[in-house]
Amino acid sequence: MAILVTPQTKVLVQGITGAFGARHTQLSLGYGSQIVAGVTPGKGGQTFEGRTPIFDTVAQAVQATGATDSAIFVPPPFAADAILEAVDAEMDLVVCITEGIPVNDMVKVKRAMQGRKTRLIGPNCPGVVTPGEGKDSHGGCRIGIAPGYIHKRGHVGVVSRSGTLTYEAVFQLTSRGVGQSTCVGIGGDPVNGTSHLDVIQLFMADPDTHGIIMIGEIGGSAEEEAAEWIHKHGTKPVAGFIAGATAPPGRRMGHAGAIVSGGKGTASAKIDAFRAAGIGVAATPSEMAETLLKMM
Amino acid sequence: MNIHEYQAKDLLKRHGVSVPPGEVCDSPDAALKIAEGLFAKGAGCVVVKSQIHAGGRGKGTFTTGYQGGVKLCKSAPDVHDKAKAMLGNVLVTKQTGPEGRRVNKLLIAAAPDIKKELYIAVLLDRAVSRPLIMASTEGGVDIEEVAAHTPEKIVKEHVDPAVGIMPYQCRKIAAALGLKGDPFNAAVKLIKGMYETWWQCDAAMVEINPLCVVAGPDGKDTVVAVDAKIGLDDNALYRHPDIQAMRDLGEESPLEIEASHHSLNYIKLDGSIACLVNGAGLAMATMDIIQHYGGQPANFLDVGGGASKEQVAAAFKIILSDPHVKAIFVNIFGGIMDCNVIATGIVEAVKETGLKLPLVVRLEGNNVLAGKETLKNSGLTIIRGDTMADAAQKVVQAVAR
Repeated sequence: MAILVTPQTKVLVQGITGAFGARHTQLSLGYGSQIVAGVTPGKGGQTFEGRTPIFDTVAQAVQATGATDSAIFVPPPFAADAILEAVDAEMDLVVCITEGIPVNDMVKVKRAMQGRKTRLIGPNCPGVVTPGEGKDSHGGCRIGIAPGYIHKRGHVGVVSRSGTLTYEAVFQLTSRGVGQSTCVGIGGDPVNGTSHLDVIQLFMADPDTHGIIMIGEIGGSAEEEAAEWIHKHGTKPVAGFIAGATAPPGRRMGHAGAIVSGGKGTASAKIDAFRAAGIGVAATPSEMAETLLKMM
Repeated sequence: MNIHEYQAKDLLKRHGVSVPPGEVCDSPDAALKIAEGLFAKGAGCVVVKSQIHAGGRGKGTFTTGYQGGVKLCKSAPDVHDKAKAMLGNVLVTKQTGPEGRRVNKLLIAAAPDIKKELYIAVLLDRAVSRPLIMASTEGGVDIEEVAAHTPEKIVKEHVDPAVGIMPYQCRKIAAALGLKGDPFNAAVKLIKGMYETWWQCDAAMVEINPLCVVAGPDGKDTVVAVDAKIGLDDNALYRHPDIQAMRDLGEESPLEIEASHHSLNYIKLDGSIACLVNGAGLAMATMDIIQHYGGQPANFLDVGGGASKEQVAAAFKIILSDPHVKAIFVNIFGGIMDCNVIATGIVEAVKETGLKLPLVVRLEGNNVLAGKETLKNSGLTIIRGDTMADAAQKVVQAVAR
């Protein structure tokens, strides 16, 4: 098992014909993921690379192919609409890669998703990878933009707001011969679909996950909430790192959500919360895997 | 994006929020004319306010030695003199840093007789993904202080984005602010207008501090926004060309503007070790690891997930424009991007800029062997870091030497 997605998960791609979506669809197909359909309004009936059928609407694609999960690569002005179209088609999981969606659009999307069955990961995230058993973890499920080959099938769960720090942690694990159950990038925006806590709860309930790396950054209080829950209910070792201890207050550090404002969301507050919850804190980003492995 | 006080008040006014009458100007003569008009309409006092994107203006000092970026005046000639002392000069406040900001514009406004100062703001509550109205009877002071010492004096009201703000919510807040009668009714209207400004302009934050109870023109008490601050959501600017036009490049660092032209995310800091990194999280973590080993980062720089050779070259030029830089740390985890493309970009940039400073490169990921080969065969003195920690220690040592 793994969380969220397995190598059998059938995935459709919204925005499959855009340059970004097309590139990463090719990479996912090359990784052996089940990309069964694409959606581009107005291009229904065509195929992607001569093999993946393209539909005008998500509902048509779901009906024809049985896709349960969606990857969204559409440009920011159309992303909120794309997410809600997938929600309306009752998909299980929607992974929105798009960076730069207006915050108020996401506020509306979150409100509209209340009471619906769909889980949203992202936006502004690298996506989800459940590594496969093959060479360079081939045969896994890759939804999004993460490099598949750095993974290895195994038992460590990784959750992070940042893409490159996720890759860094995965690479550190794989280099030490340690594999991953599932790696989840929840995204760097202030309003996102799935929080650190949501993913931590899934990992704690997953028999295949034996330890967790949780990577956070300045801004908001999602890391603190997850730490508090781990303190009360955690049953597996968790190690973490918080980026942004040196970031100046009031400045957005690349990610829309990475900002210390009004003295809130500082790295030191998050690190203190991690320590209080018994989470192993990596002194530097170079020691994320090492810190967890010492605890396991 | 941040905008000036006069622009924030314009946006608020468009949505029905009352602000004291006034106008913006950029010369002492224009200031005089506006002041004459305000006094003629019965203003007892007129305020001259420096327009910069930083707080603490009233207590600030100009580099000329002149005290105060906000001044009350009793006569129009007085307004002229004060405007002359401020315009074109650099104002240093607790928020500007020692370099200060040049005052190019002044807001000349009627200064009403203030009976009570309140605080109100609309912002996003990230914990629940909903807009939040925060209000307090403690106006005119730093709200962070109030939150830290007397949190019970702050009232909070969430707004359901599917419904929008309801009048009862405005009444609830006005009552919690201790308002009654005419100011109560005026506040209900103002709070609604303020929320509409936040929502319709795609603001990140709208803050009125102080919100003041004053005697209105008809003799009845009312409420007005005496100071206002608006921050906008950069992601939503594409649908507000009128607000985009309010951008004041004079308030931004020239290097940061140059970086934005190359789609690079650059923030200048005070240290001596420049960093060039892909990904925002890794870029922050790179700054952190430099400090962990005793160095100080000179900047945050995220070249993005798909950086080209041209972007790498532009990034080098930008970080080298900072005279405090003593060494460069390139930290690339090329998951999808080809490490050899990055390596080629680095070599070209080093040759083009004639770099003399120590350069430490940590390269990992896709096609990394070819990338390392390119660096090795370049004939350049490039210090190789095997891991992030190894590279960080080497660059800190290079600066210490």
